[in-house]
Amino acid sequence: MALAKRIIPCLDVDNGRVVKGVKFVDIRDAGNPVEVARRYDEEGADEITFLDITASSDDRETIVHVVEEVANEVFIPLTVGGGIRTVEDVRKMLNAGADKVAINTAAVFNPEFVREVSAKVGSQCIVVAIDAKQVSAEGEPLRWEIFTHGGRKPTGLDAVEWAKKMVDYGAGEILLTSMDRDGTKKGFDLALTRAISAAVSVPVIASGGVGNLDHLADGIIEGEADAVLAASIFHFAEYSIHQAKEHMAKRGIEVRL
Amino acid sequence: MSAVIAIVDYGMGNLRSVLKALEHVTTDSQRVIVTSNAQEIADAERVVFPGQGAARACMEHLRQMNLEAVVLQAASEKPFLGICMGMQVLMKHSEENEGVDCMNLYAGEVRAFADVTIRPQMQNLKIPHMGWNRVSQKQAHPLWQGIPDNNRFYFVHSYYVDPEDKSLIAGTTEFGIEFVSVIAKDNVFAAQFHPEKSAHDGLQLLKNFCRWDGKV
Repeated sequence: MALAKRIIPCLDVDNGRVVKGVKFVDIRDAGNPVEVARRYDEEGADEITFLDITASSDDRETIVHVVEEVANEVFIPLTVGGGIRTVEDVRKMLNAGADKVAINTAAVFNPEFVREVSAKVGSQCIVVAIDAKQVSAEGEPLRWEIFTHGGRKPTGLDAVEWAKKMVDYGAGEILLTSMDRDGTKKGFDLALTRAISAAVSVPVIASGGVGNLDHLADGIIEGEADAVLAASIFHFAEYSIHQAKEHMAKRGIEVRL
Repeated sequence: MSAVIAIVDYGMGNLRSVLKALEHVTTDSQRVIVTSNAQEIADAERVVFPGQGAARACMEHLRQMNLEAVVLQAASEKPFLGICMGMQVLMKHSEENEGVDCMNLYAGEVRAFADVTIRPQMQNLKIPHMGWNRVSQKQAHPLWQGIPDNNRFYFVHSYYVDPEDKSLIAGTTEFGIEFVSVIAKDNVFAAQFHPEKSAHDGLQLLKNFCRWDGKV
């Protein structure tokens, strides 16, 4: 297999600035999305994902400018997510220079939106983001459900069935986040990742819980993910993306070095 | 008067990234435009023919906008770079959308990775073929200058070209099968991957294109 497994750093953007502390040794302004993206590109990131966490709708437009500025200077694939609800939102992001748009809550409340938008702009642009949480009790067969609102609201939707449905509706990729693991640094939920990856024909990006470089490799080897997404381990300069790739290569994973 | 590089806009996808990447590598005397105007394409010094989405929609747009003839003309006389769908529709026919007649610049078919005949080789590979894959250079070509053989480029596609004339093949890539990822003949170079999204090597290829006299 010659296709490389991908490493995707994720940046939270609030009102046009990268937040949650991005630290690079020799960067002038760690909150500037263009500088951060450029650095990740230099380190060998395979793609960059921007998550717009701007709360106020007045500031929504700022993410468009962020994407434009980054796309003017950084020539690797860019994905944007957060608050995408309409075909117009998607078009705006693509026109600004995003290659893919991640749709999360809007897909749960209106699955037809995924069908409509993927028919219009092509499946290759549409990533469906899934936030899943284990709902099976100990000893029961494993089962996960879709949650919204940062893992607070259950939807009653089975995660594996939902992923399959989203692919049928035109998702070109699945961004899978374990709400049980997100922020814990304990590693991906590998059983969940494997279950989703086996169930769908499109690439799956594992997300949620990365605390060290072995976790990234585990997501690929045991979780059977096609790509791994992480935020904090790269932000705080604990590891560079290049280090992460070298580690994955040592564990026998094909990466772009 | 600056020499114009025309990016053909036939309503299939966003061309901003192609524009920005080209602007990054042009010479001082060159200017890049995104255009749907046949005359501007005809007058350009070199032409970039991108595209994304489905084959049927691509061909429909191209014909509705009366751009097929001028694109074919450009492909016969000046440095011409096809990208992704802009490479596929140069072939005679595509399997996509229950079959679509394409531009027929080159004899050959555009085939699906999901085709049953290659299923045993594809095993559990995920489609679209998305991400960074190696390109094995099959011809010495001015556009490969400064790019090591077997380096990686960014791909995203579910179909691939299968030209009848094997001398067209300028690069191949492994994805279950070995498929044709680059074709080149005379003044035409066309790639399945996205040079505008392929970091350093992608920019190098675009830079080479901006300086290419169209000869091999």
